[in-house]
Amino acid sequence: MHEPILSIRGLTKTYRGGTRALDAVDLDIRKGEIFALLGPNGAGKTTLIGAVCGLVRPTGGTITAFGHDLARDWRSARARIGLVPQELATDMFETVWRAVAYSQGLFGKPHDPARLEDILRSLSLWDKKDAQIRALSGGMKRRVLIAKALAHEPELLFLDEPTAGVDVELRKDMWRQIAGLKERGVTIILTTHYIEEAEEMADRVGIIRGGRILMVDDKDAMMERLGTTEAVIALAAPLGALPPEIAAFPVELGEGGARLVYRGGSGEGGGRAEVASLTQALTRAGVGYTSIDIHDSSLEDIFVGLLGEREAA
Amino acid sequence: MYFNWRSAYAIYRREMARAFRTAFQSILSPVLTTSLYFVVFGSVIGARMEPVGGVPYGAFIIPGLLMLTLLGETTSNASFGIYMPRFTGTIYELLSAPVGVAETLAGFVGAAATKGLILAAIILGTARLFVDYEIAHPFLAAGYIMLVAASFALFGFILGIWADSFEKLGIIPMLILTPLTFLGGTFYSIRDLPAPWDAIALANPIAFLVSGLRWTFYGTSDVPIALSLGLTLGFLTVSVVIIAVIFRTGWRLRE
Repeated sequence: MHEPILSIRGLTKTYRGGTRALDAVDLDIRKGEIFALLGPNGAGKTTLIGAVCGLVRPTGGTITAFGHDLARDWRSARARIGLVPQELATDMFETVWRAVAYSQGLFGKPHDPARLEDILRSLSLWDKKDAQIRALSGGMKRRVLIAKALAHEPELLFLDEPTAGVDVELRKDMWRQIAGLKERGVTIILTTHYIEEAEEMADRVGIIRGGRILMVDDKDAMMERLGTTEAVIALAAPLGALPPEIAAFPVELGEGGARLVYRGGSGEGGGRAEVASLTQALTRAGVGYTSIDIHDSSLEDIFVGLLGEREAA
Repeated sequence: MYFNWRSAYAIYRREMARAFRTAFQSILSPVLTTSLYFVVFGSVIGARMEPVGGVPYGAFIIPGLLMLTLLGETTSNASFGIYMPRFTGTIYELLSAPVGVAETLAGFVGAAATKGLILAAIILGTARLFVDYEIAHPFLAAGYIMLVAASFALFGFILGIWADSFEKLGIIPMLILTPLTFLGGTFYSIRDLPAPWDAIALANPIAFLVSGLRWTFYGTSDVPIALSLGLTLGFLTVSVVIIAVIFRTGWRLRE
């Protein structure tokens, strides 16, 4: 495997007052991937980003970016990292063009109008370039933040809740933008609590809660490993007990024997095949049914299940 | 040590742009204040006053009035310049940029010194409408004004990082700077004060600043110019050290 673009070891942050926002976090980010950091509010997502980007001073641990220790070589590393913050924090009275040009200069790049025009056009901001930022809609403001973060052509981009408070149309548009950045070779780390977003975008998913990374895996592998199929079969007549023909299936009776509920499979089609054989077994046993409702668990079900499990433990 | 000129220049331009956005207020306010002082102290009262140390009273008060406005404007401007980004959250960009304390200060303080010089020019131009005066050492005066502006921009910078409310931001200039400037020989020579007040007045550091600027104007001062210069440089150095420590520890910036 290639050397990771970002490597975090034992990262800990305890805020004054004792809140432990990060608790010995280990994380490796691969070059060119989209990594989704998934977790409920207050899980430590923003603190983790802040620690890498220089907004938060870590209490302990090391961060290595592009092979350099961030505590020492923060200058060269930060010049290659971009950040789109969660809050819509912009200089309201500045024009779009000047705000983006400022970011380019602040990160040490020579003024490059052609590059800025490219960025603004790709984000559909070009016709707004002379508008004051306060006159823009929320979605446009977020694009300005993205444009500012891209002005110095970062290789590693952090997007903290990029679609929070953005309507469905804009969210889809944002996903296209992010996919476009990945095409250009930018490594992207995004935090979200919309699981749908991680499911749509991410190559890999990390789940964080209470300042600890609970799990990191390829999205597809995670869904395969933890996914299940659930089938609810409405029976023609209630059953008192499971007939022997179907006793081997992972099923149970519900609603006083009126429903048969199946939970099993890997989420990758295996479950559906097993439900098909289950129905044949039911027919062989002479059990009639009136409807079948099948669905595969989404990342959301996995996520909720995983968090619930940890809570119970 | 590595210094990123482009970053420093970006900060400088942004700070200057911020001032020009409110140019009307930035220019009108000192013009109006200075005019009012000259109408009252220069023309009405000044006409009945004896010259101070050979300088007509109207001209005598110019350096003090300049210092009064310069200290107040520079401090509050610089403190807002760093407090507002902290308040609105836009400071994330500065903190995540490959920018250290040197570039930050060069940008902020360089802009403050420029603005101080422009402000001084506006005040002197306004004063010219009311009284005649000549500046004995114009280049030293300009240099001293920039030095004081830079020092108080640093002070304002510290204030803007320390403050966690608008009230705290306004309280230091109002409760400390303005009284000290008024009592620091803006309208009179400290040497004319009766004992022990002349000695007590010298406990006020701003008396040294007013006296120093007056020396560059008229060649006369209450305290030796070297002392004024030394004190200003000392204040500047202490402020730079404090800010360097703030950046090193991340106090109020990276908590």
